[in-house]
Amino acid sequence: MTVRKEAMDARVDAVDAVIVERMRRITDRVMHLTLRRADGERLPDWTPGSHIDLVLGDGTTRQYSLLGDTRDPFRYEIAVVREHDGRGGSRHVHDVLQAGDVVGIGGPRNNFRLVPSPRYRFIAGGIGITPMLPMIRAAAEMGAEWELLYLGRSLTSMPFADQLLEAHGERVRLRASDRGRVDVASWIGAFDADTKVYTCGPVSLIEAVVDATAAWRPGWSRVERFEASDAGEPARTTAFEVEVEGSGRVITVEPGVAVASALREAGFDLLTSCSRGVCGTCETDVVGGDPDHRDAILDDVERAAGNCFFPCVSRSKSDRLVIAL
Amino acid sequence: MTITSTAPSLIPTTDEDPFSEAVLADPLPFQHRLREAGEVVLLERYGVYAMGRYDTVRSALLDWQGFESSAGVGITDFRAETPWRPPSLLLEADPPHHNAPRSVLAKILGPRELRSMAPRWQADAEALVDEVVARGTEFDAVESFAEAFPLRVFPDAVGIPDEGREHLLPYGDHLFNAFGPENFLVEHGAPHIGEHSAWVNEQCARDHISSGGFGDAIWAAADRGDLTTEQAPLVVRSLLSAGVDTTVHAIGAVLHAFATHPDQWARLREDPSLARVAFDEAIRLEAPVQTFFRTTTREIELGGVRIPERRKILMFLGSANSDPRHWHDPERFDLARDPSGHVGFGMGIHQCVGQHVARLEAVSLVTALARRVETIELTAAPVRHLNNTLRAWKTMPMRGTLA
Ligand code: FES
Repeated sequence: MTVRKEAMDARVDAVDAVIVERMRRITDRVMHLTLRRADGERLPDWTPGSHIDLVLGDGTTRQYSLLGDTRDPFRYEIAVVREHDGRGGSRHVHDVLQAGDVVGIGGPRNNFRLVPSPRYRFIAGGIGITPMLPMIRAAAEMGAEWELLYLGRSLTSMPFADQLLEAHGERVRLRASDRGRVDVASWIGAFDADTKVYTCGPVSLIEAVVDATAAWRPGWSRVERFEASDAGEPARTTAFEVEVEGSGRVITVEPGVAVASALREAGFDLLTSCSRGVCGTCETDVVGGDPDHRDAILDDVERAAGNCFFPCVSRSKSDRLVIAL
Repeated sequence: MTITSTAPSLIPTTDEDPFSEAVLADPLPFQHRLREAGEVVLLERYGVYAMGRYDTVRSALLDWQGFESSAGVGITDFRAETPWRPPSLLLEADPPHHNAPRSVLAKILGPRELRSMAPRWQADAEALVDEVVARGTEFDAVESFAEAFPLRVFPDAVGIPDEGREHLLPYGDHLFNAFGPENFLVEHGAPHIGEHSAWVNEQCARDHISSGGFGDAIWAAADRGDLTTEQAPLVVRSLLSAGVDTTVHAIGAVLHAFATHPDQWARLREDPSLARVAFDEAIRLEAPVQTFFRTTTREIELGGVRIPERRKILMFLGSANSDPRHWHDPERFDLARDPSGHVGFGMGIHQCVGQHVARLEAVSLVTALARRVETIELTAAPVRHLNNTLRAWKTMPMRGTLA
């Protein structure tokens, strides 16, 4: 595999770099990407519902649900829809990115976990189908009953619709809005302790589901919103400083060097284990500055709190990060 | 030396028994022979493929797709034989079944949740050290500290009643013996396991669990739907099975390492922040959990050896942690070493989910001890406690001089 050098921007050095192994247009507006590590090593493990940050050559960072098979340790698969306003990340993927290019990734993280249940009802709107694919696989493997309601503008615009229908027939209900509306609430039905509902799609769909399940026991209906706009600011591409509180020392962390390595290099004791942001061993208190989280441990609320980070993978958004060891 | 290479398979083969009394009492020479013989060595007696080198063990630990846990992580093949107790939802499970229990426990036992625990455990550790040295400066470090401290703090943290706690250690001891073959150790524990097991199972029920602890948090996860109500007691059971003996022996390992390396003790006293590194370095040096089995999900080629599908493999964690191919001067206990990456807690999706709890317990105790005691030394040879999986001490007579 050849790596296009010009696309290998220094900006993606700061995070795990992966190679775009394959790009395939699966509908007019949706591109299916397969990513793998340049060194052929395993990618971090993930569970259904997880997403990764994709850091493109221009520094844009966006989140995409993993849609592939958790049993494949070497590949991540994502699907990128071209946004209408055509700005930023999605356009870059569709128009500039090519197989063989290097992109950066962060995570994976899971804010949309599949919890055990005898029965599931999955509801997907458009590209919201992506987290449902590994969920459906897992549900089937666990011997659970499941049904899928898949909504979209038109059948040809709905990625994976054909495969789903072919593989699962009866369990899958496809509904294109150009053929009339669907009453989501009646499809969901009444609360049932043996059924959990998972929804991913545009805001209107999420709202319909939230309304329909408002009186339910919390935790029995779970939703993931996807934002149509580019999320988050670009990853930092320059060096930053880490101040170790109480030590009077400030060290500089260059792009491409892990904070954990820089700290050790400077003579601080820091225990790591996985070095991948999954085990939690290196957790460190942040007392000042704004961490750039790249771990697979913290959920969104904890990330926003910004009072701890994992220096084996995470970095800084601010010029200086103050930590307590 | 009985390890031979047999044509035509070319698999290094040994008739040695890693679960014999002699090897369990002193596993290092066997582990050395195992590593030297090859990446994968057939244990003839059991038909099991053993691995003792760091790189091989680490890769096998990471590869849950190729080496499954749901057929049991002991020598018993759950697909052929019924296990002695209902399988663990964590240890003896693979994704996707493994995902929910794992993520629930990882959260409950994570460093952030433990932060609130730390001041109390530090105070408990100081109280215990005071009590012990008030009775005299000669003590059995196993009974007085390694067993006493976890038994004092951990069941409270889980939220189980005081009464009956004496069942915990023998329950765990038998559980870890039962991962091995049905030898003298399993025979020894079998007659009483019924009562220990019954007591442990009873404590996992919701009405036995007091509020505010790990057990309560597990049941709360079931209320939120993160677990089913059938899963919750089994997840509590995992805490009680995997969280006691292992920590006891880990603390025993640290104390033994310090008692035999007085310079490192002096160093710790100068810089108490080394306690964390000391704990992991001791686990590297003397992994409390020495071995785990997996089962191949397909034919796997490793180091020129073809392991057929559905065969048990045996990973020697302790051996990997002292493989000179990876570690410099591996047999030395050295606080200047970076023990990061040791496989004493395993690695990958099954890596010890309670490691932060164990580390906090050990660090609390060692720090308290270092504050009060200037030197520690053995007053007689410590005696090993044998277990098919665990590396442990039965007694460790020690003397301390007060600071
Ligand atoms: S070492 Fe595992 S999270 Fe950093």
